[in-house]
Order: sequence, then structure tokens, then C-alpha cells
Amino acid sequence: MATTTAAPASAPVHDASPGQTGLWSWVTTVDHKRIGVLYLYTALFYLLVGGLEAALIRTQLARPNLSVVSAETYNQLFTMHGTTMVFLVVMPLSAAFFNYLIPLQIGARDVAFPRLNAFSYWVYALGGLFITLPIFFGVAPNGGWFGYAPLSGPTYSGGFNMDFWVLGLQILGISSLAAAFNFITTIINLRAPGMTLMRMPMFTWMSFVVQFLVILAFPVITAALFFLQFDRFFGTNFYQVQAGGDPLLWQHLFWVFGHPEVYILILPAFGLVSEVLPTHSRKPLFGYNVMAYSGIMIGFLGFGVWAHHMFAVGMGPVADSIFSMATMLIGLPTGVKIFNWIATMYGGSLRFPTSMKFAIGLIAMFTIGGISGVMHSSPPSNMQQTDTYFVVAHFHYVLYGGAMMGIFSGIYHYFPKITGRLMNETLGSWQFWLNFIGLNLTFFPMHFSGMLGMPRRIYTYDAGQGWDLFNLMSTAGTYMLVVAGLIFAFNFFRSRKVGALAGNDPWGAPTLEWSIPSPPPDYNFAQIPEVTSRYPMWDLKSPERTAGLEHSHADAAAITEAHAVPIHEETERRTAAELGIPMPFNTIKPFMVALGIIVMFSGMIVLHAGKFPLAMAMMIGGGAFLVGSLYAWLTSPLE
Amino acid sequence: MASAPATASGAHEAHEHTHYTTTGLDNRKIAIWAFIGSECMLFASLISTYLVYKGRSLVGPLPHEAWTSPAGQVFKPILNMPVTTASTFVLLMSSLTMVLALAAVENKGKPGYEGLLGSSKTWLLATALLGAAFLGFQAYEFTSFVHEGLTIRTNLFGTSFFTLTGFHGTHVAVGVLWLMSLLFIDLKRGLGPKDAIIVDISALYWHFVDVVWIAIFTLVYLIK
Repeated sequence: MATTTAAPASAPVHDASPGQTGLWSWVTTVDHKRIGVLYLYTALFYLLVGGLEAALIRTQLARPNLSVVSAETYNQLFTMHGTTMVFLVVMPLSAAFFNYLIPLQIGARDVAFPRLNAFSYWVYALGGLFITLPIFFGVAPNGGWFGYAPLSGPTYSGGFNMDFWVLGLQILGISSLAAAFNFITTIINLRAPGMTLMRMPMFTWMSFVVQFLVILAFPVITAALFFLQFDRFFGTNFYQVQAGGDPLLWQHLFWVFGHPEVYILILPAFGLVSEVLPTHSRKPLFGYNVMAYSGIMIGFLGFGVWAHHMFAVGMGPVADSIFSMATMLIGLPTGVKIFNWIATMYGGSLRFPTSMKFAIGLIAMFTIGGISGVMHSSPPSNMQQTDTYFVVAHFHYVLYGGAMMGIFSGIYHYFPKITGRLMNETLGSWQFWLNFIGLNLTFFPMHFSGMLGMPRRIYTYDAGQGWDLFNLMSTAGTYMLVVAGLIFAFNFFRSRKVGALAGNDPWGAPTLEWSIPSPPPDYNFAQIPEVTSRYPMWDLKSPERTAGLEHSHADAAAITEAHAVPIHEETERRTAAELGIPMPFNTIKPFMVALGIIVMFSGMIVLHAGKFPLAMAMMIGGGAFLVGSLYAWLTSPLE
Repeated sequence: MASAPATASGAHEAHEHTHYTTTGLDNRKIAIWAFIGSECMLFASLISTYLVYKGRSLVGPLPHEAWTSPAGQVFKPILNMPVTTASTFVLLMSSLTMVLALAAVENKGKPGYEGLLGSSKTWLLATALLGAAFLGFQAYEFTSFVHEGLTIRTNLFGTSFFTLTGFHGTHVAVGVLWLMSLLFIDLKRGLGPKDAIIVDISALYWHFVDVVWIAIFTLVYLIK
């Protein structure tokens, strides 16, 4: 009946969810692992889209006065490149890891609200199409990824382009918020007995901080977007200068959201490398407590630095000084993390699989981006750099060199857990080095082109300004990144089929997710483990590494109530029914609610097109469908 | 090692359906608090925008001052304090009835919770009706403002006022719908102590919407 993972290497990988096959099972799934996989594939698809947009941008800028694309197309390309990479790639890739890992790392069988989780995914997937498809009709958003009003308002962007941006971001915000409520509840309430907050794996810790940033930052942009939406659709005056409206209102609201958003993008990657580095250094994370506190500190300070994006508007010396100092201050907890990662490796017994290379790559590249970030915190220096390619260099070092490197590290590290097979290390090494060289070749010269005065967002430039060579280098580097991406895609899809079998714990890693089979069965843990330290799997397999750490048993009542058993490796594969574990039913209803939302928002576009009756029909019909589906969802049992 | 967990799990078969939680609280209770935290930021943004734009309208009508248009037409201060004071009282009373509704659900069948005044149905209906009455006041207020020449497009005050109070009104409307749904369930099968959590979270939402109105009433209506 039960088969074991000790099967020969040629044996097929086990089916993680028996009876769950076919398209319909994916549309109706509520399993956090399958939803994580959906996020992963969807976000990788958008990475391709955003990458192609970047390649077109760089091709246009390769030489002076090229006309590969028109100025209008170029506006759409850079707007969609930014919007795609922030909202459709990095956030959802992080969400893929939140979904897949958080329940496994805290010893839970699923998230707190499995159907809400499916809803978050479908809102993201459909919202992504809503904001991306217009590019095929030449009406993609074209006002920059931070949509500065009044440029993005009805007076200067009268077409459909920015409608899609305003409405699309609203849709994506719903997805992020719903997911954040879910993960906060999951982390607070579904930890296994003994899994205290200060024993949580660092990825879960950083994710926890990120969810709070999401629930506190997204409502602010929701309000700002509603104002813009009302200005565009209903003729209100929020950003209308002729009616006394203040264009700075948008900038303040956007960056009150926008700066925490930066940490929403980077902290999950920090969490991932905080898992990879101790594993491959075979040594506990250095300064665990300080790592957790510095993450919280970054989250707090992240809400107090937004106006450093706005030094150029002239807020006066007092505001400039306060935001300048707060920005320098936020460098401290970030620097603490860098030093702690280095100290984790120091004296360790290091291995260098691809995940470790990317993790070390993050430390190096993020540091460069961090240093140019501290340069921006000084208003006089900022005034020289603002709106130039120097800024573009800075945020690509932190987001590509930081967030994406960390995410690649996480993909190589967790691919065996997700698929049961290892990725190819040779191809991984090629990808890493091409990425590393390519990203430096692309983004380092931008520091120089920026210092020489090349502004952001221009679609072409004249020769003889000293920018030609740097732009050519950036373009060449981008093509290397495209090649690296193709190698990654090849490695990813090939390894799914033919990669070496991973077993429960291919890396000798310390946390709970490695105690169960790869891929994990649908119920995750046949027996909820009792956690007695930060590194339960090392307690089991390499106790010498955790001898110096605090160990203690959980409350006996909690152990009894959760039916928890001592930490052990689960090798048997039995079905949930055999184990008597109730599983949530698959359901289409979250998808239907998401669909209702999309129809309602699409009605706004139809309204702009002047088809009032159709628009009303879509909004009322979509709303009724939404409410009906929601009632059906709430009145049907979960399991 | 593999067989030990298997036998242990057999002991607590499928009849075990209450899920273990770390804090002992229901998941929904934690989620609603996170949601309310998030809503605070939404209303903080809406209220800040109203306050930032206070006194910056280029034309009238204005909330607390009379305004004479270039054509010589005189507009009175537009806010109607008696009406809004009454609607504020109605909404505050709805929080009281909400508390009584939750108490009636939690203590169903216990002494002191008999008859019409001990029934959750009475208090759920009362709360929903008071909420609906508040919405009626708001509809009256909005309509009379439009008749007096203030729309959402007129000036910065109209834009930020209708948006802020409109968002609050939408929240009240959602709350009324939620309460009506609870009432429907109560009439159909009766709400008892084991359903207290679903009434509890709706009550938290309702009180939050009420508290937001206190802030709006103070900052928009009372402070000149």
C-alpha cells in the first residue's frame, strides 16, 4: 500500500495529490502547494513578458537615434516593464514561496483560509491579463509605473491606456490584501506546538513582516487610485490643478505606499537567502534574533522614508532633513543583515550549489544597490541624480541584483521540494555566471550614463553626449540576461522530467519542510511535529550543529490538542483518507468571485468607451455574479 | 520510525474535526483584526486628503462658511448639523443593539435571554434597521447638497467630502447586507453559542465602521 521514497533513482516521482489531475483540478484547487505552483508558473510567464519588454527597450537605446519602436510604443514599454516586474513578477514570485513554504515551515496542513487563497491567485491571474493584454492593441498604460498625476489624469492621458493601469492596480491590490490577511492569520494561528515566533524559520519571519507592510501600505494606494479613477471617470478634482488640486497629493500617497512596497519586494528574497546560507554553510544563522528584529525595524522605518523619492519637488529644508536622516537610518538594519549573512558563512563548512551562488550574489549586488541608495538619501546629491539613469542603476541593483537573485536562489533551493527532482547544477552555474556578468554589464554603466546626465524614460538620444558606449554596454548586458533566462527556462522544464530524484532532504537543511516527502503529500504532515528548537531537522540528523542553541518542549496541552509527535522524518505515503485527515474540497467559487470582479472593472473601460447601457449591464451583472458566488462560497462547507 | 506515526493517527479518526490553533482563537477573529488594521489606513488616507484640501476650494458652496458666487448668488454654509447629529445618534445606537445581538447569540437559552428582548433576531433586525436609517439620512443629505449646488465635481470640498462620506456609507451598506444575511440564517435555523464567532466578527466590523464615523463627524462636521 504505502511506498517509500527509498525507491531506486529511476522510479517516478510520487503524485503529490492523488486524483488531482487535469485543468479543472487546477482551476478548483485550494491546496496551498498547488496554488504556490500556479503563482510560480504565472509569474515566470510574466517574467518572460517583462524581460522581452526590457530587451525591446534596450534594443531601442543601443545606439543614438534608433527607431526600433516609436516614442509612443516606448512609453508603453517602459511603463509596462516596471508595472509587470513589480506587480506581476516579483510580488507573485514571493507569493509563490509564501504559499508553498509558510505552512510547511510552521508545521501546518494548509493556510488559514484555503479558499481565500485560491481567490487571491485568481484575482492576480485575471488582473494580470487585464493590465497586460492592452499592449497587443496599442493601448497599454503609458504614464510611467508610478503614474504621476496630473500626467496620468484625464487632461493629459485621456485615452484608455491609464484606465487599464488604474483599474489593473486596484484589481491586483485586492489579491495582495486578501493574501496578506490569510498569511498573517496562518502565521499567528497555525504554528505547530513548540514553534514559537522566535523559532520560526527566517523566511517565515520576513514573510510575516511583509504581510503587515502589505495590509498597511496597499490601502493607501487604493485610496490614491480611487481618487485618480474618480478624476478620470467622474470628473472629480483631486489632482486637477485648475480646481486648486495639488499634484503633490498623488506623489505623497503613492510613495507612502511605494516605499514600503520596495521592502515588500526585497524582504522575501532576504528570507530565502537566510534559509539557503545556513544550509550550505552547515551552521546556524548568525544572530537570528537580530535578523528578525532588523526585518521588523526595516518594516517600521519603511513607512517613514517615502519623501526621499520627492526631494526634487522642494519640500523645504526641515522635511528634506528628516527624510534624509530616516533614509540613512534604514541603512543600519539592512547593513546588519548583510554582516550577519557574511558571519553565517564565516567559519562554516561551505558548499556552492547554484542556490548558494545566487545567495552570495545577492549579498554582493544588493550591497552595491544599497550604497547608491545611501547616496540618494542626501538631498544635494539626490538633486543631481534624480530622474537620471543613476537611479535606474540603483533600483535595478536592489531589485534584480537583490530580489531576483534571491528568488533564483530560492527556486534552485526549493525546486526539489516542489517537484521531487533536483535542477541541473551545470546549467545552473551557467545561468548564474551569465546573470552575474550580464547584470553588472547592464546596470553598472548606467551609473555613468546617469552621472553624465542621461534622463530616464527618453526613447532616444543624440550622439556625442558621452552616453553612446555606456548604452551599448547596457544593451549587450541585457542580451546576456535574456540568454541566462533561456538557460533557466530550459533547466527548469528539463529538470522537472529528468532531474535526479531529491528525496526528503537533498541539502541537509534544518527546517520542517525537509522532514516530509518531496513533493509533499496533499496533507503535508501525517503527524504534526512538536518543535523543540529553531533547527528541528538538525536536532535529528546533525545534533552537533545545534548543541549550543536553546531547546525546550512545548506546552503539554498544546501537544495533546494538536496530536503532535516528536520530530521525525516522514517517509511513508498514505492518502489523507487513510490517515483520517479531513481535506478541503476543491471548489470553483473563488474563481467565480474573481471573475465577477474582473467583469465589474471591465465595465469601467466600457463606460469610458461611451457605451453606458453595456457598462451598467457589466457592472451590475458582474456585481450580482460576485455577490451570488460569494454567498455560495460562504454557505458551503470547507471540508 | 515510519510506522509509529501511522498507528498514532489511527486513534483519532475522522471524528476529530476541531482544528488546533496556536493561540486558541478562531482564525476568523485574527483575520478580521488584520482587516480592520488595513481599513484604518484606507480611512486615514481618505480623511487626510479631506483635511489637506480643507479651505482650498476655489469656489463654493463651502461646509461652514457662506459663499457669494461672482454672479452674486449667496450660498449658505452647506452642512446641516441637526440632521447629521440625528444620524450620528442613530449610528451610535446601532452599536448598542449590535452588542445586545451578540450577547443574545452567546447566551441563547440562558435565563434572562427569553422573549422578544432576549432574542438575537430582534437585535440583529434593529441594528440593520438603524444602519439603514443612517443610510437614509445620508441619501437625504447628499440629495439636498446636490439641490443646493454642491456635487462631487463642484470644488475640492465636494470632491473630498462625497468621496470620504461615500466610502463610509458604502461600508455601512456592506454591514447592513452582512447583518441581514445573519438575520436570514437566524430565522432559518437559529443562531446559538457555537455561531457566536460569525456574529462576533460582524460586530467588530460594525463597531469599526461606527468608530470611523465618530472621527468623520468630529473632523468634518464639528471642527470649523
